[in-house]
Amino acid sequence: MNATLPQTETLEIPKPPKRLLTYFEDGGRTVGSWLLTTDHKRIGILYLYSIVAFFTIGAIAAAIMRLELITPAGDLVTSDTYNKLFTIHGTVMVWFFLIPSIPSVLGNFVVPLMLGARDLAFPRLNLLSWYLFNLGGLLALYAIAIGGVDTGWTFYTPYSSTFTNTHVVTMVAGVFMAGFSSILTGLNFIVTTHKMRAPGLTWFRLPLFLWSNYATSVILVMATPVLAMTLVLLSIERIWGVGVFDPQLGGDPVLFQHLFWFYSHPAVYIMILPGMGVVSELVTCFARKPIFGYHFVAFASMAIALIGFFVWGHHMFTSGASVYSGLVFSITSYLVAVPSAIKVFNWTMTLHRGRIFLNTPMLYALGFIGLFTVGGLTGLFLAALALDVHVTDTYFVVAHFHYIMVGGMVTGFLGGLHYWWPKITGRLYPESLGRLAALIIFIGFNLTFFPQYVMGYLGMVRRYHAYAPEFQIYHVMSSAGASILGVGYLLPLIYLIWSLKHGKKAPANPWNATGLEWQTPSPPPKHNFAQTPIVTRPPYQYSAETEEHMVYG
Amino acid sequence: MANSHEAVAEQFDDMPQQIEASTLGMWTFLATEILFFGALFLAYIVYRHTYAQAFALAGRHTLILYGTINTALLLTSSFTMSLAIHSAQEGKNKPLLGFLLLTIFLGCGFLLVKGLEYHEDVHEHLFPGAHFTRELPAPGQIFWVLYWVMTGVHSIHLAAGIGLLAVIVWMAWRRRFSSYYHNPVLISGLYWHFVDVIWVWLYALLYLINRH
Amino acid sequence: MTVLNPPIVPRKIYGLIWVVLLLLLLLNWGLAQLNLGPFNLVATLAIAFIQMMLMLLYLMHVRYNTPLTWVFVAAGFIWLVVMINLSLSDYLTRGAVAGRFGKSWIHETSVPPPVYLPKP
Repeated sequence: MNATLPQTETLEIPKPPKRLLTYFEDGGRTVGSWLLTTDHKRIGILYLYSIVAFFTIGAIAAAIMRLELITPAGDLVTSDTYNKLFTIHGTVMVWFFLIPSIPSVLGNFVVPLMLGARDLAFPRLNLLSWYLFNLGGLLALYAIAIGGVDTGWTFYTPYSSTFTNTHVVTMVAGVFMAGFSSILTGLNFIVTTHKMRAPGLTWFRLPLFLWSNYATSVILVMATPVLAMTLVLLSIERIWGVGVFDPQLGGDPVLFQHLFWFYSHPAVYIMILPGMGVVSELVTCFARKPIFGYHFVAFASMAIALIGFFVWGHHMFTSGASVYSGLVFSITSYLVAVPSAIKVFNWTMTLHRGRIFLNTPMLYALGFIGLFTVGGLTGLFLAALALDVHVTDTYFVVAHFHYIMVGGMVTGFLGGLHYWWPKITGRLYPESLGRLAALIIFIGFNLTFFPQYVMGYLGMVRRYHAYAPEFQIYHVMSSAGASILGVGYLLPLIYLIWSLKHGKKAPANPWNATGLEWQTPSPPPKHNFAQTPIVTRPPYQYSAETEEHMVYG
Repeated sequence: MANSHEAVAEQFDDMPQQIEASTLGMWTFLATEILFFGALFLAYIVYRHTYAQAFALAGRHTLILYGTINTALLLTSSFTMSLAIHSAQEGKNKPLLGFLLLTIFLGCGFLLVKGLEYHEDVHEHLFPGAHFTRELPAPGQIFWVLYWVMTGVHSIHLAAGIGLLAVIVWMAWRRRFSSYYHNPVLISGLYWHFVDVIWVWLYALLYLINRH
Repeated sequence: MTVLNPPIVPRKIYGLIWVVLLLLLLLNWGLAQLNLGPFNLVATLAIAFIQMMLMLLYLMHVRYNTPLTWVFVAAGFIWLVVMINLSLSDYLTRGAVAGRFGKSWIHETSVPPPVYLPKP
């Protein structure tokens, strides 16, 4: 049926016959029209509200912890409160911010646009996913409000099932719900990517964001059910006092760790792959060059998703798993470095002799490449059996995964948010403030977390609210950095909201980028395209020689 | 034909695309279900490996008669479900309704038998916890925890399947299906058969392999 | 128009599969009454596997389906095998440490308790 449409060049901006209503206007502006919407763009924005709220809660917990850690004595909060604080921080940030951040917010918004589709394959399921997510989030908040949980985000047994007196089951129920929401989102993306690509959009013409989004979805779908069942078993053990993981009743606590990390290690890649996808988009757009080694970057995403399932045992080198399995998991963990490095090299080669525009999204992308490299390389330290024994449960580990998750994913998220902000809202953000914020975040982040590598290596153990005085200098640096980081996060919140009303109107394609999402007006109409686009070329046909029309806010 | 085109949702171009998408969606969901039950299977394998003797003793207490009747009921319900699909593909509405109702009936029969079996299990102090039988070694309780969780989660799935088929019956009653459009019947059939496949494994693991 | 739907499987095949499934069930139940030593496990699991394959291929129409469906079906099982396999790499070698040359390099041995330094 689409074959009868005239063959248009994909890079042109098709002029709609008349002005279509934007997705803000079409369907009404009432609260009800938002809460019952099945439009992927509106659901993406609903997710944005949710994750900003959860991020704020997680960030407040982190801020109190950093305040406590300025002095070696535990003088601001008790050790019990401190345990609850890092549990809040971990649980909320992992399940209610990082996992849905890029896939559910940016992915929801741009995936159908990039595919040239009118919506995701199952729009009602998409809305259900948002409701489940919020229900789970509210349950988790309820658990926090009635007294909190002190197990850490990993809920290790038998402490979580037998010994703690906190509200583990409520919290776990919240995470379980959020898991269902993840599965539905992943399922929706997988089916949509398979079945709803625009005519001519073959797999190897897909933008790289879609490849990493697809890889992420595979993880969401294949790993999350294991977590769900593990949490069910944990709750059963806790409620009925029967032994599944309790060693006193013959259970094996390490089995819990196996099951938990079978989900949670791949989940770490849920928290980085989408960021890599965003960076691939940004690097090629702002270097005005086709991506270097498209196929390698695409397959690297799939390889990371796949190998990510073979490595979970490296979290258990010191918890009683066998030496042989440690060896196996150590080797497979090294393997993950290969596709990750391929990505970094390809981004770097894309920059090489490109015409680089240092716009805000590009600053975030460059920050991502640097911080991810540091985080990834220190991950190799941790994959080495012997060294891991030395630094397990120290701040070295904390620094490592914050470099990946905050330095990687949050940076990628902010970069993507700025990049697609004109498309999402139809307004440009103030460019100079944006660059300033990106710079502040980069500095604040490194000041916060780099000292943690050092003190971790020197023996500072994680999850303690009091510590030996010789570590104070590092903790003070870290806390100072955290306050800078806080300012850096507040700035975009303020100027992005400001730009909604006062920002310049955005054209359809402010970055002169090539993706399908830029060929429809900003903000897009309800069904995304006036007519189904037809793709005739590979992605990223940028050229440094052509005249550029970058629009600055 | 006009009727069938109404069923195409607005995000799809045409009916084939919609059918392919929803079928693929169901298969993706079933893959997640494999992993969902997979966690239990892993726990079972690990503990059977660790406590072979205790599992052999504990496994002998499962009621093989109930289990076998239930397996036969489910296998038969899969057969009637297939016949329902066949009728749907041929566009015969009455047999479709009949076979769907028969499938639901067999599913309810399964739950009934399972209920009787549970009742007897509880009576014999095989529910884990304070009143658990003293005749078994301590790790035998782990077998029974897994028994209750596995069969319980399976029963919940079966109940969901019955609910799903009830919706399909309602749709068939409203004459929503034709030889052209009957994909919901096919997809529900996939789910129903899958729940049956899981049971075949539960039957083998819980009722059979620990007899000797 | 029904090209994209799976082909209509004759009722005869469904009937045949049903009979075979029930016969296998009977066989499985019968075998459980006999003591075959380790072969009980093998036979039971083999029969369960055959029953599953029959249901997947014929009742769930995988046999008549696209390669994409095959991939999706296989994926679930492959992931399950990965999970079980790598977990067992731990459980089957618990307490084992590397031995000397000439011996099997993995052998059962008790791990000596750690030696703690005296407190100052």
